[in-house]
Amino acid sequence: MNQFIRTVAVAMLAATASSAYAQANVTVKDAWVRATVPQQKATGAFMQLQAAKDSKFVSASSPLTPAVEVHEMAMQGDVMRMRQVQSVELPAGKTVELKPGGYHIMMMNLKAQVKEGDTVPFTLVFEGKDGKREQVEIQAPVKALNSAAKPAHAGH
Amino acid sequence: MNQRISNNRVSNPGSRRAFVLSGAALALGVLAGCSMGSSVSFNGTDITGADFGRDFRLKDPSGQERTLADFKDKVVLVFFGFTQCPDVCPTALARAAEVKTLLGPDGDRLQVLFVSVDPERDTPEVLNAYTAAFDPTFLALYGDAERLAETAKEFKVIYQKVPTGDSYTIDHTSVTYAYDTNGKLRLKLSHSQSAIEYAADVRKLLHAA
Repeated sequence: MNQFIRTVAVAMLAATASSAYAQANVTVKDAWVRATVPQQKATGAFMQLQAAKDSKFVSASSPLTPAVEVHEMAMQGDVMRMRQVQSVELPAGKTVELKPGGYHIMMMNLKAQVKEGDTVPFTLVFEGKDGKREQVEIQAPVKALNSAAKPAHAGH
Repeated sequence: MNQRISNNRVSNPGSRRAFVLSGAALALGVLAGCSMGSSVSFNGTDITGADFGRDFRLKDPSGQERTLADFKDKVVLVFFGFTQCPDVCPTALARAAEVKTLLGPDGDRLQVLFVSVDPERDTPEVLNAYTAAFDPTFLALYGDAERLAETAKEFKVIYQKVPTGDSYTIDHTSVTYAYDTNGKLRLKLSHSQSAIEYAADVRKLLHAA
């Protein structure tokens, strides 16, 4: 009986903890930033996003530069076009990849070289269907400039 | 290896015996994307005889003026881009580096040229460091605004500045052109094609010369 009570208590605690955590409904995985060479003023950040509830990714910021935008790359015929987007839809439970060939976080006007092995902090802002916003802080490792696009993951 | 076989078929166009001799050769040829015809087929679009992309006159980061003739006896891959491009440009250069690796010893006979469409920001120092990060033999080329405009026109390449925030990005054509060892434009490859597809075509160009 004691054991039972303890188990229930632990379960309730876990439930409380996870529901508190669930407010941060977005999970960020495999974030990385492409390294730059000296005097190169811009680069991209890539990651996987998954939201428990229908949400959208609305903005990103970083102490490295005030010029951080969410961009989408699209091919029109043979021409590569890159545009800032207002948001990226995150349907509930679906992993949305920010990767070469699609979306990326564009960092511009960099003041210093971003070196392989460094870590870049980002604050990502998400918005739920109810208009409520949440912030997620991440630390993205910097990978070599010549890092190839990660192969697309299965399941979408 | 299979490209050598394909090559035999090219150098003996119409030779039935080449087909009959080795079913394995044919199977390999088919695997390599060869058609049943007498001419070799490529993953890229064959534009042999094109009346564009004939030559360029651009500077390398050391300030030396370069033309296609400087790369004779090599297969040359040319594409346009800019260093502040976070997506297609590093992807294209990383693929080119992979192509060189896939070619093995033949990789020494590949020259990759990266033509900047952003002469304002792509200084020789940035260009040199940028291409070297992918492969020390890759060469960046640039010209002033007029020379770039002429070159892009000759190569049917579009580039357009697009303001974003207080900076700008550049929309640009993302094809790769491949020249044979005689400096003749032969292929147009797409950004969506893989390093393996590129390498197969380069190998054919190297061994069909």
